[in-house]
Amino acid sequence: MVESLLSFKNLKIEATAYPPGEAPRHVVLVDGVSVSVEKGKVLGLIGESGAGKSTIGLSAMAFGRGGVRLTGGEITLNGRDIRTADASALRNLRGKEVTYVAQSAAASFNPAKRLMEQVIETSVSHGIMTKAEAEARAVSLFRQLSLPHPETIGARYPHQVSGGQLQRVMTAMALCPKPDLVIFDEPTTALDVTTQIDVLAAIKRAIRETGVAALYITHDLAVVAQVADDILVLRHGKKVEYGSTDQIINTPKEAYTQALVSVRSIDHAEKPHAEAVLSVQNVTARYKGTSFDVLQNVTVDVAPGQTLAIVGESGSGKSTLARAITGLLAPSSGRINFAGRTLSADLAGRSKDDLRELQMIYQMADVAMNPRQTVGTIIGRPLEFYFGLKGAEKEKRIQELLDQIEMGKGFAERYPAELSGGQKQRVCIARALAAKPKLIICDEVTSALDPLVADGILKLLLDLQARENVAYLFITHDLATVKAIADKIAVMFKGQVVRYGQKSDVLAPPFDDYTDLLLSSVPEMKLGWLEDVIQSRKMESAGN
Amino acid sequence: MRIPFSAILGLVLTGGFLFIAIFAQWLAPYDITSTVGGVWDGPSGTHWLGTDTIGRDIFSRLIYGAQITIFVALASSILSFSLGSFLGFLAAVRGGWIDQLLSRIVDLTMAIPSLIVALVMLSVLPLNLTVLIFVIGILDSTRVFRLSRAVAMDITVMDYVEAARLRGERQSWIIFREILPNALSPLVAEFGLRFIFAVLFISTLSFLGLGIQPPLTDWGGMVGENKGGLIYGKSAALVPAGAIALLAISVNLVADWILSRTSSLKGGRGG
Repeated sequence: MVESLLSFKNLKIEATAYPPGEAPRHVVLVDGVSVSVEKGKVLGLIGESGAGKSTIGLSAMAFGRGGVRLTGGEITLNGRDIRTADASALRNLRGKEVTYVAQSAAASFNPAKRLMEQVIETSVSHGIMTKAEAEARAVSLFRQLSLPHPETIGARYPHQVSGGQLQRVMTAMALCPKPDLVIFDEPTTALDVTTQIDVLAAIKRAIRETGVAALYITHDLAVVAQVADDILVLRHGKKVEYGSTDQIINTPKEAYTQALVSVRSIDHAEKPHAEAVLSVQNVTARYKGTSFDVLQNVTVDVAPGQTLAIVGESGSGKSTLARAITGLLAPSSGRINFAGRTLSADLAGRSKDDLRELQMIYQMADVAMNPRQTVGTIIGRPLEFYFGLKGAEKEKRIQELLDQIEMGKGFAERYPAELSGGQKQRVCIARALAAKPKLIICDEVTSALDPLVADGILKLLLDLQARENVAYLFITHDLATVKAIADKIAVMFKGQVVRYGQKSDVLAPPFDDYTDLLLSSVPEMKLGWLEDVIQSRKMESAGN
Repeated sequence: MRIPFSAILGLVLTGGFLFIAIFAQWLAPYDITSTVGGVWDGPSGTHWLGTDTIGRDIFSRLIYGAQITIFVALASSILSFSLGSFLGFLAAVRGGWIDQLLSRIVDLTMAIPSLIVALVMLSVLPLNLTVLIFVIGILDSTRVFRLSRAVAMDITVMDYVEAARLRGERQSWIIFREILPNALSPLVAEFGLRFIFAVLFISTLSFLGLGIQPPLTDWGGMVGENKGGLIYGKSAALVPAGAIALLAISVNLVADWILSRTSSLKGGRGG
C-alpha cells in the first residue's frame, strides 16, 4: 500500500448558526467523510454550495472558520492525528506542511505590501529558509507559473498585477515553503474563462514539477477533471461517490454524479431570423465624468420569442448595454427601437407601457428582492402597478405565476430569506413575467447558481419563452449557457460587438481571434482537454 | 429567544422611568413648588431624598422633573427623526442638487457646536417648551440626516431599488416601501442614542438657565439650583445628576441590544 499523506476517517464537523432574530441553531456541516490523499497526488473535492467542500479543505490544517468545530473522526497528516493537536503544533504545521490558496486573491493580499514580501513571509517566519533562499525560490516559482518578468514582478504591489496573475502569485506563495500539501479553494472561479485556462495550466504544471500533493476544491466538474487524480463528490456534507477522475467522468455510478456530469446538455434548436422586437442601432455610451466609451457603435436585434445572447469577459460592456436599453444610462448617440417605437434615451421619458414591456432579471436574486417584502408582495406589485389588479383577482394571478415557475402553493407568504437560491431566481422570473413583457433582459441570471440549479432555471426560461412568446436578451460570460439557449449571439470585446449573427454561424469556423480564444477556453467535461487546448494553441502560435 | 441580562435590566429601568414620567401627578408625595422643609435638609422619613436650596421636596421634584425631561426629549427626538430621516432618504434617492444643498446645510450646522447654536437661538426666541423642542429637534435632525442618508445610500444601490425604478415607481413608494423597512433597525437603535443626547442637551440648557424655566423644573435645572450646596457638603445636586446618568445607561442598554439583534455583523457569515 502506498503511504498516504493525509487521511480523513469518519470526519464530523459541526457549527452553530446564528440566524438573525432566531435562536442559535446547531448544524452538522460534514458527516462521516473518509478519504485519503497520497503523496504527490491531487484529490478533487466537488459539490454544490453547502456541500462542505471548503470546510473539509480547511480541516486538512485542523482549522474551522468562525464557530466551526471539528467534533469527530480522525485527521491524519504525515502519520499523526492533527484534529486534537495543540495550538503550537498546529502553528508549526500550517504554512510548513500544509498551505492554502484562496478563491479571491485580491481580497487575500495585503494591499500595502509588495508581492515578494508576502510570498516569502511564511517560509522565512517558519525558519524553513533564509530570506535570500526564499526569494530565489519565489523567482523560480514565478517562472514555473509563467508569470511575466519573474525577476521583478515581486517588487510590484497587488494592485499592479491582473487578477489571473495575482492568483498565480498566491499559488507561488503556497508553494514557496515546500509544503507536502496545498489546498486550492476554488482558485479559478472568480476569473474570466480566458484567464482561467492560463491559471489552471500554470497550477497544474507547478503541482507536477514540485511533486506536491493537493486538495482541489471547486464546483465545476469540468475544471477539476483537468487537474485531479481522484475525485470525491460531496453533497450536504456527505460522501456521494469517490473514484478516479476517469471513472467519475466517464462511468459515474451515482445518479447525482451522473447529473453533474451531464449538466449543460440542454438541447435547443435555433429559431430562424425574424422581424425584430428590439433593435439597438449604433449605440455609443459612456459613464458620466469619464472620457472613455464603454459601448462603441453597438448594433443588435432581438426577434419576438427568441434569445439573443451577449457574450464577453468582465469589462466588455455587456451589462452597460443592458443599462442603456433599460434607460439607466442614456446613450450619447444611437437609437433604441422597441415594439415599433423609439425609446426615450433616459428612464424619465419612457411611458408606462415602455417600462412594462421591457423587464429585467438580475444576477444576484438575493439583492434583487426587497428582504422585507413577501413573495406575494414582490410578484403582486407589478400586477397592481401596471394592471390595477386588487384582492382576489390579484391573489389568483399570483398563484398562476407561482405555478408557472413551478413553485406551487404556500410560497406567497414567505420572505426571500426563506427561499433557496434557485427559488429566489424563480421568483424574480415571476416578477418579470407578471408585467406581461415583450422582452426580458437576463443579466448573468445563472452565474451565481450551482450547475444543476442553473440548468433548471434555463429549462424554465426556455419553457416560458415557448409559452409566452417573450424575447430574451441574455447576458452571460458562460459559453455553455449560450449554446444551450441562444438563437442569436453577439460577442462583445472592449465595448464593441466583434462577432454577431445566428448561433450556428457564430459558433462555426472560421473564427476571429477573440471568439476562437473565448470558445476554446470553456472547460469541457473530458480528460486531457486542458493539454489539447494548450497544445493546439502552441501549434497555432508556432505556425504564425 | 434569549434576552441578555443587560437588556432586561435596561428594559425594566427604562420602563420604570416611563411609568414615573406618565404618572408623576399621582406618584409625587408633595407639590412641585411648595416649600415643605428647611434648606438642604438631609434624607428623612418625610423627605426621602431631602430638600433643596429653598426647602422643596427633592423626591417630588425628581418625579416631576422626569416627566418634563422625558417628554421634551421624546418630543424632540420624534421631531428630529421625522425630519432628519425623511430629508436623508430624499437626499439619497434624488441625489444631485437636492442632496448637495441639504448636505451642505447640514455640514454648516454641524460645523458650529450645537450648544452654541442653541444658546444663540434661545436667547432671541421666547423661552417656552415648544421653542425648546423645536430647537433641540432641528439641531439633532442634522445627525439623523447623516445616518439615514448613509443607510439609504447603501440601500438605493440594491438591485431591488433599481427594479422598482425600472418599474416606474414614484419617489414616495421607493422611500416608504423599499428603503424605510430596510433602514428601520439601525434607525430604531439610533433613536435610543439620540434620545439620550436630547436628555443630556436639555439638562445642559436647563443647568445654564436657558432650558426649562421655573417654577417648572427638570433634572438639569435641579442640578443647577443645588450646585451651591456641594461646597457645604450637601449632596442635593448629586441626586438629579445620578438620575440623568441612570436614564442614559438604561436606554443605552436597550439600544445596544436592538442593534446587536438586527446587525448582521455577528456570528456566522449570513446566508
